[in-house]
Amino acid sequence: MKLTIGFSVNGDSVEVEVLPHWNLLKVLRDVLELTGAKQGCGEGECGACTVLVNGAPVNSCIYPVLEVEGKEVTTIEGLMDKSGRLHPIQQAFLEKAGVQCGFCTPGMIMSAFALLKANPDPTEDEIRHAIAGNMCRCTGYVQIVESVQHAAAVMSGRSQERAGKE
Amino acid sequence: MKNKDKPPELQPFFDKNIAGDVVPSIGISMPRIDAYAKVTGRERYAADYYGFDMIWAGVKRAGIPHARLKSVNTQAAENLPGVIAVLTHKNISGSNRQGVIRKDQPVLVDDKVRHCGDAVALVLAEDKETLAKAIKLTSADFEPLPGVFTTETALEENAPLVHEDHPGGNVLLKASLEIGSVQSAKEHCDVLVEACFETPLVEHAYLETEAGWAQLKEDGKLEIVASTQTPFRDRMEVADALGLEPERIRMIAPYAGGAFGGKDGVTVQSLLGLAALHANGRPVKMWWSREESFIAGTKRHAARMYYRLGAKADGSLHSLDTRLYFDTGPYDHLGGVVITLALEHSGGPYRIPNVSFKGWAVYTNNPIGGAFRGFGVAQVTAAMEQMMDMLAEKLAMDPLKLRLKNAVRKGDKNCVGVTLTHSTGLVECLEAVARHPLWTERAAWKSKAGPFKRRGAGIVALMHASGYGPVVPDVANAKVELTAEGKIKVYCGVVDMGQGNAATNLQIAGSILCQNVDRIELILPDTDRTLPSGSASASRCTYTFGNALIGACETLKLRILQRAADLLMVDDCDETALIPGAVRHLPTGREIPLHRLATFMNESERTATQRFRAPTAKEIPPVGNEIRLHGFPHTLFSYGAHLVRVEVNELTGVVDVKRYLSVSDCGKIINPHVYEQQIQGAIAQGIGYALSEEVQVNEGKVLTADLATFIIPAASDVPEIESQPVEIYEPSGPYGLKGVGEIATNGPLPAIANAVADACGVRIFRSPLTPSRVLRALRERLSEGGVH
Repeated sequence: MKLTIGFSVNGDSVEVEVLPHWNLLKVLRDVLELTGAKQGCGEGECGACTVLVNGAPVNSCIYPVLEVEGKEVTTIEGLMDKSGRLHPIQQAFLEKAGVQCGFCTPGMIMSAFALLKANPDPTEDEIRHAIAGNMCRCTGYVQIVESVQHAAAVMSGRSQERAGKE
Repeated sequence: MKNKDKPPELQPFFDKNIAGDVVPSIGISMPRIDAYAKVTGRERYAADYYGFDMIWAGVKRAGIPHARLKSVNTQAAENLPGVIAVLTHKNISGSNRQGVIRKDQPVLVDDKVRHCGDAVALVLAEDKETLAKAIKLTSADFEPLPGVFTTETALEENAPLVHEDHPGGNVLLKASLEIGSVQSAKEHCDVLVEACFETPLVEHAYLETEAGWAQLKEDGKLEIVASTQTPFRDRMEVADALGLEPERIRMIAPYAGGAFGGKDGVTVQSLLGLAALHANGRPVKMWWSREESFIAGTKRHAARMYYRLGAKADGSLHSLDTRLYFDTGPYDHLGGVVITLALEHSGGPYRIPNVSFKGWAVYTNNPIGGAFRGFGVAQVTAAMEQMMDMLAEKLAMDPLKLRLKNAVRKGDKNCVGVTLTHSTGLVECLEAVARHPLWTERAAWKSKAGPFKRRGAGIVALMHASGYGPVVPDVANAKVELTAEGKIKVYCGVVDMGQGNAATNLQIAGSILCQNVDRIELILPDTDRTLPSGSASASRCTYTFGNALIGACETLKLRILQRAADLLMVDDCDETALIPGAVRHLPTGREIPLHRLATFMNESERTATQRFRAPTAKEIPPVGNEIRLHGFPHTLFSYGAHLVRVEVNELTGVVDVKRYLSVSDCGKIINPHVYEQQIQGAIAQGIGYALSEEVQVNEGKVLTADLATFIIPAASDVPEIESQPVEIYEPSGPYGLKGVGEIATNGPLPAIANAVADACGVRIFRSPLTPSRVLRALRERLSEGGVH
């Protein structure tokens, strides 16, 4: 039997009918058609489905949708500002070549977003640790790490030269 | 938020405030055109379609490695509410066979199951949950058959046959090559080294598993959108398998979420086509689960390789004989081509006067061996480059000097008898490694290993061919259009599976036509709109298509300038130049906007096409026609040299990759960012191949069908990678470029194995070098009293 639950997605309140065993990713993709969060494994192993629930990154493919009742969900679609300007992390991934096939990118950016919120000036090791649950099969992570470093520098107002040296 | 009937967005779009006003140049790092849609989550991959009235299709897999199919029981599933159809081979009116070379793979099993991942029935349902239930309710009666699960047993006399109708029995293809005489040469060798190497079955593990959707349109056209590397070839395969005219089928290939060879050929396409024919015009979607991708998708061939290498006392290589056994699983797929490319590369980038190479692609009831970045070269390079280190040790020679001594140079014949007439930068790559502090200062670094740690450095020399070889035409057809609105449309014939060739196409077109990024639109591969240009594979995409695109753009440019000169009533189009959005008459400064110019030109005038065929080797090597047909030999190679520093934990057996250096001769670079992505990503995949990735199979059943047991490198597993290009201009390439897509994948396994040997004095002949294998080798060395 379907239940109705309410939560917010990228600032908008939504009510959806769900089956109790559904996961959050299914609702985001199949019901709300927010296809930015990807399914790479469906078992919480690859991180392609990473979204934020009340600011914390979760693997939405194994996050029970009933748990999201009354909470705030942020997906990749919610990172741009109202005027359509990219978030500095998105901008950094674009400029510093953190994107190849792009299927891991939304999840990767959401993990980076959560990291930089908690730790605005992370070391390289801290970045690698924070995205260790986000598998990327294309890039070898070098330019992803550089993208996050660059975003951190821009967001905290540090100069780009310093970002380059980190 | 919800918009059920919107069409899928297949075209990339670009935010003007990013770099839309930039006129691309060649040789600069500019943001990839596809990145904007990808960082915003707006890109619609084949997996991202959720259209109005959409239904789901899924497959009942055999789950048994070898069996005769007696019957398929569909009734229980058909009775389930929400099930639209349960289809079997009886619903297929075509050949029901797929394959690139030998068409031996059924869409749905009719006579025999040949591996666990074979598709037995195709289920269509209203939603995914009903689909899952219906697949469970579908069953089949099998008569189990004895299977063959190793290449050794498959080659035994009286072994069960995977394909009874194959004249070669379980040998899909035997390839061999003899130059000089290995037999008599052996007597003239001062040292001989012999070994057998085993490399594992490996999964591509692209993040986007096999996916697509299809719809039978009202006009009878079957539209299939799929995550594929080969839309034009797919169309022919689907047409043949399903018994349709190719013109009835439209294949569309959006950006793929990774492919690496695993989408080189049909995955979901024929199944989706069949489903759409039975879906009453509704769109039908298929998206394999990760487990299904492991079980049914293709893999890098597991290989067993016997090597015997002989040299003179001064280190010059004198003879090599190899026997390669590749497990191709139940279907050809590209197994014959893979063994042929492996054979061609089995002696590495060296001059060796006497060689005897033999290779067998062997049918078994294991998962399907197929294309995977490296394409057979990853396996043989793992063997040959370890042989070189073993030889260097026996000769007490520096391994880098040994390679330099034997390295091919331009004008040499390589060890399969092909004269190297194109740029050949191996020596430059090796010299760059030789000069690098990671090499020159390795002794000091090694001596600083902490307690219970051992440090070592390893190097390798690499080569990788590009293109299809001599018989199958390696052709691309580019098309570029000045639209009625005065913009430029580039019709991309080759899929972008993530490697960035779409962005490179834009860079080329924008640079030649002097148009800024937001005046250019890319049309991604689509059999109805773009021109056939071959597969996204073989390190050929930008080389072959780029050459064609340059020609098309130059033709269009000249036509635009000539038309503008006529309208401006000037004698010579040399006085006119394209600028963003217009043509300017340089002496007077008068301009014609492109949108106005376009109104004076009819459609055919506004469109230019160009065909390019990649060069082939002109020598006739001593091999059979069958081997030439499978792509032997090549004429154009990229080269590289890698260096790795590792630290081995003697207590745990863990190999920690500390630093990685790659020097590559892939010609001139069009976009350094994209080049580095290709090199670094390939190295990360190679590190996984070296240390952790192994699809474990027992009696044909995959035991490691998820990312928790098949371990690909995470961010914390990949070291700092330095990638240096040796930018030697290749005259036949677009702007001097050669292929870069694959070569770097081949380096890490032998480099790391060599570094482990350097660190601990043990050589591990079976990869990956897992902690347990390393520990076992260390223990064996101890029990042998320190002698290995």
